Amino acid sequence: MAAAEETPTRELTYAQAIQEAMAIAMERDDRVFLMGEDIGVYGGAFQVTGDLVERFGPERVMDTPISELGGAGVAVGAAVTGMRPIFEFQFSDFATLAMEQIVNQAAKMRYMLGGAVSVPVVMRFPAGSGTGAAAQHSQSLEAWLGHVPGLKVVQPATPHDAKGLLLAAVEDPDPVMIFEHKLLYKTKGPVPEGYYTTPIGKAEIRRSGSALTLVATSIMVHKALEAAEKLAQEGIEIEVVDLRCIRPMDRKTVIASVCKTSKLLCVYEGVKTLGVGAEISAMIAESDAFDYLDAPIVRLGGAETPIPYNPELEKATVPQVDDIISAARDLVMGAR
Amino acid sequence: MTKRTQKQAGASEGRNLPFLYRHYSHEQLRDALRKMHLIRQFEEGAEESYMRGLVHGTMHLSIGQEASAVGICMGLGNEDQITSTHRGHGHCIAKGAEVKRMFAEFFGKTTGYCRGRGGSMHIADVSTGNLGANGIVGGGIPIAVGAALTASKMKTGKVVVSFFGDGANNEGAFHEALNMASVWKLPVIFVCENNQYGMSTSVERSTAVKDIAERAAAYSMPGVIVDGNVLSEVSEAAHAAIERARAGEGPTLIECKTYRHRGHSKSDRNRYRTKEEIEEWKNSRDPIALFEAELLEFGVIDDDGIAEIRAGVEQEIAAGIAFAKESPSPEIANLEKYVYTEQA
Amino acid sequence: MPVEVILPKVDMDMATGQISSWSVAEGDAVKKGDVLFEIETDKAAMEIEAPESGTLRHVTGKAGVDIPVGEVVAWIYREGEAVDSAPEPAAAAADTQQDKADAADAKLQPQPASSPTTAAPSKAAAESGAVRATPLARRKARELGIDLAEVAGSGPRGRIVKADLDAFSAENTAAATAVAAPGTVTEGAEDPGTASSDAAKVLDLFQEGTYELRRHDSMRRTIARRLTEAKSTVPHFYLTLDCAIDALLALRKELNAAAPLLSDHSTPAYKLSVNDFIIKAHAMALADIAEANVSWTQDAMVLHQQVDVGVAVSIPGGLITPIVRRAEQKSLSAISNEVKDLAGRARERKLKTLEFQGGTTAVSNLGMFGIQNFSAVVNPPHATILAVGAGQERAVAKNGKICAATMMSVTLSTDHRAVDGALAAELLASFQRLIENPLRLLV
Repeated sequence: MAAAEETPTRELTYAQAIQEAMAIAMERDDRVFLMGEDIGVYGGAFQVTGDLVERFGPERVMDTPISELGGAGVAVGAAVTGMRPIFEFQFSDFATLAMEQIVNQAAKMRYMLGGAVSVPVVMRFPAGSGTGAAAQHSQSLEAWLGHVPGLKVVQPATPHDAKGLLLAAVEDPDPVMIFEHKLLYKTKGPVPEGYYTTPIGKAEIRRSGSALTLVATSIMVHKALEAAEKLAQEGIEIEVVDLRCIRPMDRKTVIASVCKTSKLLCVYEGVKTLGVGAEISAMIAESDAFDYLDAPIVRLGGAETPIPYNPELEKATVPQVDDIISAARDLVMGAR
Repeated sequence: MTKRTQKQAGASEGRNLPFLYRHYSHEQLRDALRKMHLIRQFEEGAEESYMRGLVHGTMHLSIGQEASAVGICMGLGNEDQITSTHRGHGHCIAKGAEVKRMFAEFFGKTTGYCRGRGGSMHIADVSTGNLGANGIVGGGIPIAVGAALTASKMKTGKVVVSFFGDGANNEGAFHEALNMASVWKLPVIFVCENNQYGMSTSVERSTAVKDIAERAAAYSMPGVIVDGNVLSEVSEAAHAAIERARAGEGPTLIECKTYRHRGHSKSDRNRYRTKEEIEEWKNSRDPIALFEAELLEFGVIDDDGIAEIRAGVEQEIAAGIAFAKESPSPEIANLEKYVYTEQA
Repeated sequence: MPVEVILPKVDMDMATGQISSWSVAEGDAVKKGDVLFEIETDKAAMEIEAPESGTLRHVTGKAGVDIPVGEVVAWIYREGEAVDSAPEPAAAAADTQQDKADAADAKLQPQPASSPTTAAPSKAAAESGAVRATPLARRKARELGIDLAEVAGSGPRGRIVKADLDAFSAENTAAATAVAAPGTVTEGAEDPGTASSDAAKVLDLFQEGTYELRRHDSMRRTIARRLTEAKSTVPHFYLTLDCAIDALLALRKELNAAAPLLSDHSTPAYKLSVNDFIIKAHAMALADIAEANVSWTQDAMVLHQQVDVGVAVSIPGGLITPIVRRAEQKSLSAISNEVKDLAGRARERKLKTLEFQGGTTAVSNLGMFGIQNFSAVVNPPHATILAVGAGQERAVAKNGKICAATMMSVTLSTDHRAVDGALAAELLASFQRLIENPLRLLV
């Protein structure tokens, strides 16, 4: 459901939008509560929960011990038994500590029990590079979780979607994993007031064009739009699709766009090999869009390396605007 | 064997009787025996069906551990919840599940508790408070703490029991979960069924402390050791822990020392323990035999009564297997059903 | 950087070519546009001009050997440019741009789709016989019945993209699927009879429900466009003549009876049709009256030195006109077998473009339908087309007596811009002499 047209909209940061969504969710539903490391008086490692503990109290904004596996499991257990927990990981990298509960329990309980339960847990993962936090605090692991049936995995790119997708996730009966790019927290954008949801599993065309379909996720949507702007000055009009959700994936929108443009460029921050772009590419190759391809599919993803510390190296690890421009131009000009 | 008859009523009313006999009615005690037999015969029936090729995969039998499952669960209400283990048939039955739907699940049928998606290792009956057996050692412990958090937040008065084996006490999830349960004083009881071997590795070889109950001290909760094959002992410890939990005083760790008669799974060749050891547990420490002897001694039941229970259970098992055999298999077309919640 | 001289693709299905002779030698000064060397193809010799002024160096392309299309055969050094060892060809370097690091340099200079250095299929593709093409190009080729081997790819390493097919079908398919004539399709030219306003007008005349609509395929549109163009721009005139063909029929019978058997001991090596004789006779007549074997262009008359006869073949949904080349030099059996092969593949739409492109004249025969005579439409660049009617037994006067003879009427349609009346009459008379004295067709 989109926001009603008359709803007033104002500029909020991505972090503020998430915080507002969590506050609205808790106001609307007593079952909703927050769990995470240092999300109480500290306000969260990225100040996303901020002062929510003052408004809702420590019972609903619960600091957990540094126990990612146990914490995630507690959230799963609470969700199965009727609560609506929102569990914050301090960094998405720490999902590795909780993989058992996320992958074996949250994702599979409903199936293993033949539909007898649902697991309406929401987990939030601050992800991505660009903060100088190096190899263990900068990863983009969404494809790991995107590989698991039973989970839903979203990557909001704008403050509007960060709020709408979080509210949709709380409402969703199944486990929803939200990957939030750390560099987006301070970015601003229009956010409607009050309650609204952004549909899970629906991509959004951010810019229309006919020369090329660029499918991007998370922060790469912004880099793609910047690249598109510059390409337009050269007379190249590309279409930018914000995938928003990698599981379930909005195949229809991507396929229709590729059928229109005949060319596909995937841009994502996660490691290129076996990443989100691999799935998009394979999906297109298997689809009706295959017969419309007029150039090879191109992926721009993260380098095959851990995220390095040195800022120049760090930048070189993930696609930048100039990389996108070059790749898009080459594709459109027929040089790839 | 000479035939034993029920003693005069009143013999069980003495003040020095164990907790179990003071707390429960004769009918409840006879029902506890029936449940122990039901578990035993269910597993024997499952084992036989497995050998006949009717059951796919593997299974982990808890024969010899029935007193732990029944002793803990008889103190719980239907609303209270448990999380179980890969050796979870006993917990499931003790909590109130029907054996026919369990057999159906083992046979992979749509009438099974998990509609043929889970099998032995994920057996669950949410309607009687069983949140599920778990294929991951220690996997259910944090989930039980989460369920207890719900009980605490919603003030439902429910308590949650997390069953796990000795092997799980060396998993991180065990320690993280016990710590959180204690910090938040949650109504949860951790029941370690120490059957002495994590697959083939003995507790002595795997665990730094002598008794797993010692772990409780690290998390500032009571750690209780009981003879897991003596129903009365288990029941008494459970009762205390349940009262403590309901009173909001926090969790308890109960260690039930017990033994599994069968191997770890169907592929176990029993190379890590001796025949003599197994025979010793079977012959002189079998929980059902011990309980029957007590019931006879205290005049709760006589040989005829026991025979009647056994016969009744036999019938229930036979009917359960027949039900499972006759039940339909799932449609391949429904393969992806239950991955996500169906939404209108 | 010196300018590379490559062996260019000058023919549709050309993978390699031979330099027949160099006009300049190592160290010679050349001016842009000077002829450097000549390429021999199966159709014609092609002169290749210097792409730049300077000095010719590193001449590696030897005359008389097969050279893959696109290979560098020499370099031209501009004035003052230092002569070093032979530089790396640019196209070869492109192949090694595999990983991201190497590709970074290439990205700075994107190759436009029309770059001549990438216009030829790669050596690898040519050698393996595989065609490099995008899925969209393949799909379009399937739909249009185009053999991708005929299409030049403009993408990297000769990859064929949709734009190449658009260009190809505009230039070739249009002409090919029409009767016989190649020619460029005017950009945006309206398809006669298919404009929507026109359609509405036509449909208004009929009650709804009394007809069904079949959408035009590309062949139908091409036929409509090409013939409208031919009939409205070519000034036609028509000459009709009757030929006695009893002798021809007798000879045909005799020759067919004498056909040797193939190695299977049952199939005759040939089975001549009347039309095979007509093709041969028309070709020989045109070789004889060479002034009529011409094509009209605005600037000059094209005087052909061989007779390539288009043979109209009716196929489902239209017609196609494969070419029997140098028909005047071919034996009847060779013509016969070639027409059978071409017609068979035409019906399966498996002809290569070259096989239905060009031609200097055409034959259209409706005799098998009993048509006595008709006039065909000339299809440029042909200047003539011979329309052949049925052989019929007719009463004819011979030496004052009425007798029966098998007669066949033929009508020659002529482009008056290229061939005048008397010349056309001479041609037709020559044809008649050959048909009526068919032994001449054998020598």
